[in-house]
Amino acid sequence: MEHYYQREIETAPRETIRALQTERLIATVRRVYDNVPHYQKRMDEAGVTPADIQSVDDLKKLPFTYKQDLRDTYPYGMFAVPMKDVVRLHASSARPASRSFVGYTKQDLDVWADCCARSIYAAGGGPEDIIQRILWLRAVHGRAWHGRRGAQDWRYDHSGFERQHTAPDYDSKGFRLKHPLLHAVLRAAHGGGLTRKRAEQGRPFAQGGHLWRRTLDERNAQADRRPARIKAFDIYGLTEIIGPGVAFECAEQTGMHVNEDHFLIEVIDPDTGEVLPEGTQGEIVFSCITKQAFPILRYRTRDIGVITRKPCSCGRTLVKMTKPRGRTDDMLIVRGVNVFPSQIETVLLEKGYSANYRIVVDRSANIDSIEVEVEISGELMSDTVRGIDRMERELEAALGSLLGIAAKVKLLEPNTIERSIGKAVRVVDKRKLLD
Amino acid sequence: MVQQISVFIQNEPGKLALLTSALAKGGIDIRALSIADTTDFGILRMLVNNASLAKNILEKQHYAVGITPVTVVAVPDVPGGLAKVLTLLSDGGIDIEYMYSLIGRGEDKAYMVFRISDEPKLVELLSAHGISAVTQEELGIR
Repeated sequence: MEHYYQREIETAPRETIRALQTERLIATVRRVYDNVPHYQKRMDEAGVTPADIQSVDDLKKLPFTYKQDLRDTYPYGMFAVPMKDVVRLHASSARPASRSFVGYTKQDLDVWADCCARSIYAAGGGPEDIIQRILWLRAVHGRAWHGRRGAQDWRYDHSGFERQHTAPDYDSKGFRLKHPLLHAVLRAAHGGGLTRKRAEQGRPFAQGGHLWRRTLDERNAQADRRPARIKAFDIYGLTEIIGPGVAFECAEQTGMHVNEDHFLIEVIDPDTGEVLPEGTQGEIVFSCITKQAFPILRYRTRDIGVITRKPCSCGRTLVKMTKPRGRTDDMLIVRGVNVFPSQIETVLLEKGYSANYRIVVDRSANIDSIEVEVEISGELMSDTVRGIDRMERELEAALGSLLGIAAKVKLLEPNTIERSIGKAVRVVDKRKLLD
Repeated sequence: MVQQISVFIQNEPGKLALLTSALAKGGIDIRALSIADTTDFGILRMLVNNASLAKNILEKQHYAVGITPVTVVAVPDVPGGLAKVLTLLSDGGIDIEYMYSLIGRGEDKAYMVFRISDEPKLVELLSAHGISAVTQEELGIR
């Protein structure tokens, strides 16, 4: 039996959704035009007035919002409500230069909680269930998921989870986590130490952004041919839009349903900005139509994906998006942290290395790894292995403190990394991002 | 004190053949050689008849080349000859970073290359025991 948290909207006819989207978009555009100088300026420059937005089809008339706009208006320039109405502030995991900094009103948090609750219900959770949220240690301070709706909800850091031998005591039905923590949950699941839920109560589930379901399913299948003990569901979200909960997977697992009564999704040609038809791959663009504090319009996510409105067996009519198939720029997301090649270049140049480097991102045992290959020079040459090792460790320390995640450094002979005009070959991403 | 060249080489088949061929074309005579190897890379250390020429040749081939002073010691070519010198160093509190031997030997001497952090101390210790470091001239290299 399919569970819905908000059945009426999740299964609404297309026309009902469109009417709601139109009404909300018109109101949001009017509001940001009046309250956010940045939007007023951009719309004036584009020759668009709030009166030009008559329906959801007019969305394409609005100018795009880029990450750079957020940097230019950092920290409060894009807020559309007085600070007295902002009840929570969040910063993304990126370093200050590229950090996203957003705010939420009470109503925004309610919307977010509804979106999270929809995803929990879609994964098989319900009001009686215990949901454990396992966060990166750092994330406990920096960023939290607000998901309390119907289901009991905890959070604690992953080190706590790893040491947590009493998980079955809590009979948790679901786990919401960051992808790097998947291995800990899996280990516990296959050790039988995760939950006492019996088969008749349905399999427990794990939900997360960047949660590679296929990896989990393969692991499940290998585990002594026993029936899979845990089922993984992808969820998608960006700090700029609302956080995790923008889109979620249902039992059909052929894409993620977008909460399109709150967030409009478009797929565009990243070069021309033209809106692409359903089924065509392009850059994903989101607009918030209910957000109060930080109502971003036509935000260029740089994520590459496809949307489809094919009917879904779960009964939801919400549009579906594929999980991101890549990035339009070369920003890398490694273990949930945004990594820019330019940051790495800065460190190398500071330490006297050449700017010829290559970043190799890989995944093994469900953990992302990042290795930076750097050319050694005669000036830096050491005659001992210890000397070379020390150089590598020093670079690793410098990169680690700048990036916020551990990176391995490998020194190479000069002139071995392919010289190129473009920047693309600087990054070799061996992870299977494609389905 | 003798100038040693050290070259960074990735662990790949055929690397050494390429490198030594380049030196051969330049008329470089390798007098001593050792390789420190790790999983990913190796450090090739050499005493050659002309260190600066060898460095130029290798740099033209895009190798990272360093020059390091090392000490060459003539060790009595009899059983226990090396042990005696090493015991001297050990008693004198001198740590050896690495050592290797010269290709070919003198009439009654074997030549050992020592890389240690405190060069003057080594020379002093050796001379106090009647052993002198071998010069580049004696080895016919420059």
